[in-house]
Amino acid sequence: MIVFEKVTKKFGQITALEDVSFVIDKGEFVFLTGPSGAGKTTVVRLLLGEYLPSAGEIKVNDKHIQKIPRRILHLWRRKLGVVFQDYKLFNDRTVEENVSLPLQIQKVPAKEISSRVDKVLALVGLSERAHLFPAQLAGGELQRTSLARAIVTAPEILLADEPTGNLDPVTSLEMVKLLKEINEKGTTVLMATHNQEIVDSCKNRVIELDKGKVVRDEKEGKYCKNV
Amino acid sequence: MFKTFRQHIARSPYQSMAAILVVSLSLFLICVFFLLGAGSKVVLQYFESRPQLIAYLKDEAKPQDIELIIARIQSTGKAKQVTYVSKEKALELYKELFKDKPLLLEMVTAKILPASLEVSPYNLSSVNELAEMLKKEPLVEDLDFEEDVVLNLSRFVSSLEKVGLAVAGFLLFIAVLTVLVVLGMKISQRKEEIEILKLLGASSWYICFPLYLEGMFYGLTAAIISWGLSYLAILYSVPFLVNFFSGIPLFPVSTIFMSEVLAGLLGVGIVVGFLGSFLAVLRSARTVR
Repeated sequence: MIVFEKVTKKFGQITALEDVSFVIDKGEFVFLTGPSGAGKTTVVRLLLGEYLPSAGEIKVNDKHIQKIPRRILHLWRRKLGVVFQDYKLFNDRTVEENVSLPLQIQKVPAKEISSRVDKVLALVGLSERAHLFPAQLAGGELQRTSLARAIVTAPEILLADEPTGNLDPVTSLEMVKLLKEINEKGTTVLMATHNQEIVDSCKNRVIELDKGKVVRDEKEGKYCKNV
Repeated sequence: MFKTFRQHIARSPYQSMAAILVVSLSLFLICVFFLLGAGSKVVLQYFESRPQLIAYLKDEAKPQDIELIIARIQSTGKAKQVTYVSKEKALELYKELFKDKPLLLEMVTAKILPASLEVSPYNLSSVNELAEMLKKEPLVEDLDFEEDVVLNLSRFVSSLEKVGLAVAGFLLFIAVLTVLVVLGMKISQRKEEIEILKLLGASSWYICFPLYLEGMFYGLTAAIISWGLSYLAILYSVPFLVNFFSGIPLFPVSTIFMSEVLAGLLGVGIVVGFLGSFLAVLRSARTVR
């Protein structure tokens, strides 16, 4: 369970989030929407422990994120999967190597890495691209690689920060379909997006941010309140 | 992590090469200073081990007189060793010394050679005092002492040690600084990569270890290069130096000694590499931790 309790984040004079509160239950699929600069990425970064809140509390499974010491923050991050808009892949590593990286970091035995990577590449439909480098892939394939890397450790929570931002509509829908499949297996998914088509087609919970504040939290919401 | 370390080097080989060469040059010069110092010490020990004071005795000196002189020298407590060289022993030594020159051996008998007392003091500063004492002995004909040579050599070795230490310190500073700068640049270049690794849950150790490994690799490679160059320099100069230092047990340089030098250089190389990488990590703490 993810709990944001009156969370405020300020960068100097700029307030990125103000009194943001919401609760996301285990296994939920939630869209975090809002225009650019609304504070979506700040929410993701707060969950990753990259930023500390200026006020308020963030709890995940009753654990205060801001109280995790920096030296063991990496252990917390290992419980999360993250998909980025710009993929953040290593260009000098193949798809397979990129996907196996989180497992190597966690010192998973080589044999297990191999079988888990094979499974997850099959899930995202990249088995035949396993030995290609990022420069040899299309945008959708890059994002699927990024997704495969995020889920290969079977994280409890998957954070997707604008994962469809660089993709065409068809590929974006495929990507969301994959995210839904992963969600159906029990992973909590929080997806920050401003892709109206996707949000509207999914009919999932929507938390809308605007100027750092939660302006809407609907169980089966759409991208815009009045549509 | 080892793969990451190999990739770091493969990705920017010229930076790595520059670091290795600068560290090699520093370690080579340090090694040269060390070898000069070690060689000078051997030369000094050679001169110190020889009697620094030789008192030639008059022909009329009788064994009991000689024993008395020896007793007087030993009573000062400043002589490590006093050896009596009789006329016959002096002839033997003379023959040994000039065995290749028969012309010099003709006509020479024990009679014309003086008996002598060879005195080795505990401390070089006592040579003058002992010489003054022996000058007053009526049965001492003449004195020969190498105080100046040994003292000058001793001063030279001492100066060489001081200058060597200062130069070595300076060169080690340059070596550490080079590793720091090169690895600092690499950290800057890999900033984004490091950020991704951190987001994927990599610990500081996972990120820093390849950097430490890289620094130590630079140091180790540089140590081997500098040792090889030093050995080559020794092998090249031995033919000239052998004649110059004839009689002094300096050559051939033992392989055990050179192995010890290699071990020392490897140790220094590892420390330099690790220190440079550690400081680079410290300098970029916000990126890597």
